[in-house]
Amino acid sequence: MSSQEISEENLPAGQDTAHGAVKVADDPFADPGLPPHKPRIQDIDERAARRSERAVAFMFTLSMLATVGFIASYVIFPVDKIVYIWPFGRVSALNFALGLTLGAALFFIGAGAVHWARTLMSDVEVADERHPIEASPEVKAKVMADFAAGAAESGMGRRKLIRNTMFGALSLVPLSGIVLLRDMGPLPEKKLRTTLWAKGKQLINMNTHEPLRPEDVAVGSLTFAMPEGLSEHDHHFQTEIAKAALMIVRIQPEDIKDKRELEWSHDGIVAFSKICTHVGCPISLYEQQTHHVLCPCHQSTFDLSDGARVIFGPAGHALPQLRIGVNEKGFLEALGDFDEPVGPAFWERG
Amino acid sequence: MSTVTDTKKKAPAGERVADWADGRLGIYTLAKANMRKIFPDHWSFMLGEICLYSFIIIILTGVYLTLFFHPSMNEVEYAGPYVPLQGQLMSEAFNSTMHISFEVRGGLLIRQIHHWAALIFLAGMFVHMMRVFFTGAFRKPREINWLFGFLLFFLGMFTGFTGYSLPDDLLSGTGVRFMQGAILSVPVVGTYLSMFLFGGEFPGGDFVARFYSAHVLLLPGIMLGLMVAHLILVFVHKHTHFEGPGRTNKNVVGMPLLPVYMAKAGGFFFLVFGVIAIIAAIASINPIWALGPYRPDQVSTGAQPDWYMGFAEGLIRVMPGWEINLWGHTLVLGVFIPLVIFPAVLGAIAVYPFIESWITGDKREHHIAQRPRNAPTRTAFGVAWITAYMIMLVGGGNDLWATHFHLSINSITWFVRIFFFAGPVIAFIVTKRICLGLQRRDKDKVLHGRESGIIKRLPHGEFVEVHEPLSQGELHRLTAHEQYAPAELPPAVDENGVERKIGRMEKLRVKLNKGYYGEDNQIAKPTVEEYKEIQSGHGHH
Repeated sequence: MSSQEISEENLPAGQDTAHGAVKVADDPFADPGLPPHKPRIQDIDERAARRSERAVAFMFTLSMLATVGFIASYVIFPVDKIVYIWPFGRVSALNFALGLTLGAALFFIGAGAVHWARTLMSDVEVADERHPIEASPEVKAKVMADFAAGAAESGMGRRKLIRNTMFGALSLVPLSGIVLLRDMGPLPEKKLRTTLWAKGKQLINMNTHEPLRPEDVAVGSLTFAMPEGLSEHDHHFQTEIAKAALMIVRIQPEDIKDKRELEWSHDGIVAFSKICTHVGCPISLYEQQTHHVLCPCHQSTFDLSDGARVIFGPAGHALPQLRIGVNEKGFLEALGDFDEPVGPAFWERG
Repeated sequence: MSTVTDTKKKAPAGERVADWADGRLGIYTLAKANMRKIFPDHWSFMLGEICLYSFIIIILTGVYLTLFFHPSMNEVEYAGPYVPLQGQLMSEAFNSTMHISFEVRGGLLIRQIHHWAALIFLAGMFVHMMRVFFTGAFRKPREINWLFGFLLFFLGMFTGFTGYSLPDDLLSGTGVRFMQGAILSVPVVGTYLSMFLFGGEFPGGDFVARFYSAHVLLLPGIMLGLMVAHLILVFVHKHTHFEGPGRTNKNVVGMPLLPVYMAKAGGFFFLVFGVIAIIAAIASINPIWALGPYRPDQVSTGAQPDWYMGFAEGLIRVMPGWEINLWGHTLVLGVFIPLVIFPAVLGAIAVYPFIESWITGDKREHHIAQRPRNAPTRTAFGVAWITAYMIMLVGGGNDLWATHFHLSINSITWFVRIFFFAGPVIAFIVTKRICLGLQRRDKDKVLHGRESGIIKRLPHGEFVEVHEPLSQGELHRLTAHEQYAPAELPPAVDENGVERKIGRMEKLRVKLNKGYYGEDNQIAKPTVEEYKEIQSGHGHH
């Protein structure tokens, strides 16, 4: 951008030559200057001014009353009282009263002040001069000379050894701060690749907390399950369920289009990760007829009858399937962990 | 040393306090320059005030909320008065937010004021930024202040996000999960960033405490500094004003700080606070008791972030799910591209002042707020930008559009995908035409006068409409704006016959400059000659 020589004639004519005091003769567009002040009714009629004064004082008084009302509401209304107020419906009486009184107390201070300013304070427009932001050449010359003197006295330019080691020290010292951040969290390692599911773990119904039998899973229903041994009271429950959450549906085996899905199912019961492969929302909407599931966050849609492949939306890959079977007691069990990471994709996923 | 002659006539108490302060703080010198400082009046100059005041309201109410909020993710069983949640496991963060909402008297009101003020703060900054953009008030010397303002908007979004995530409710937790999923998509370091931010795997037990320190200290601390700097610069630069009789680039016309502006602006603080308090009294916001505590395996339908995150939400919703798997690694373009576009689109508006000043090559100070029509290309660019932003807001709410208007979510998504690109182009062209049309109308008004609506029949039967001439002030106002002549490349050969080297950047600059100021890109304003010719021609309409 060195060639930015702007010829003067491309810039509009000097901005202010035509303005203000010097009226260019015969120029119909010349600046006539500030229009004369138009007096308000309050400027000429003292009674109108008194009316304005009373209006302002009235508003300030209303504000005082509202503050009294606020304190009274605070004392009078119990915190759990619910009342019906048209058109807002059933609302907390205390919240409603406190909000309106506080609002009124504040609003009338503002309305009074603005009314005061608009009707009684002078509304004569005044012009102030602007001054250029940049310094005059003399000031700049002085600053440059001062800086040169200071720089010379420091010897920065002459004693390069000092300068270079100082820069070195200053650039290294923030490293300590960065190193200290290391313990904010563990390294990823294989954490995102595994879940609590393992061979032989029974599928526990999320609602009843009972192990699921195949006959519990009806066609057209969507069942959520977690691995056996996990309890909501566990310290790591949230983190574990964020990966292990499972959804189970029953599809007529002849309707299952994907060969591997059929292999990994049990009697038409298929189990997929509930965690969306887009950014990790739990999928919760199931369309019985088509066996499509939809993530309510970003509308990624998966076809559970076809390997849970993505049929619409921003998800990038199919939902991982959990291989299931039935144990000797007749309960559904996992035949291993998911064979790929659940949830959103990441760099090391591969 | 003061004399001791007038010890009997003591100065009034206020003056003595001021003297005391002046001796230590130099307040008289400060007041001399500022007490009667002139502020111009225009409704749009109020938008920035809304931002400042809602920020103050947020800080006041936020401090109150910290008295009761526990930023902890320890699981507790709810034993408060709200029956539907009794016995349910929840984090202490959620539990204490329930306590604020149901047991602290006025706690719900303050919570709702805090949240409403945050929405208004962000909306105010957005509209204020648009006002500055469309009036060209970002031009020299105000580019730095424009950046300060932009940073405030950008940080404000994250302060809002970290804030509404604190109650650890089902809705906000879903938003945090979305953020974590987006972080995971970052190539190479994504998993590391996520592990460090959350202290391990999502959700872990740390993020509420970490968001808390960012939300109440780090981010608002930076924002407070930026806001003070922003205001200092407003004082140093003095406010812009629109052109009109008596208003020039070298003066500022308006009312003095003391008393008018102080009463109006100070009063306006109370008006904003009062209105927000009334909204908080009658309109519920973020009813966490209805949402329930966060569980990573649960979600509600119709999940929406606060409005200012809707743009990011839209990007992530409509982006096709591209994933590239190569050499054992995954490039999650479907999430990573939105993550890059988000700051890029916002950044485009942030750097615009520097691009425009490069294109115009104008290095002078500008204190006149332009009318948007008089800068058609800039206005068109701004409207195109807003269009892209709004289209993505539609994308962010595609499920609500679908359910409320009975539309197919697939067609809405495709509409957004196409019109994120086509919409801004159409908006650019349409806006530019409208601006040029308005410029022509102004010109017409100057040359022919205002349409009076009175029809006159001439003696020979012709009907004409009577046009009233404009006042000189109005004539001046409509012709005072400056117009650039389009830039030209210097001749290829200089006066000595030597070939001139013209850089590629300069060629681009001249091309863009012609797009701004060339033929058909602005309407030449009426000249005095044109005016006189038309005014002297009788019977000529």
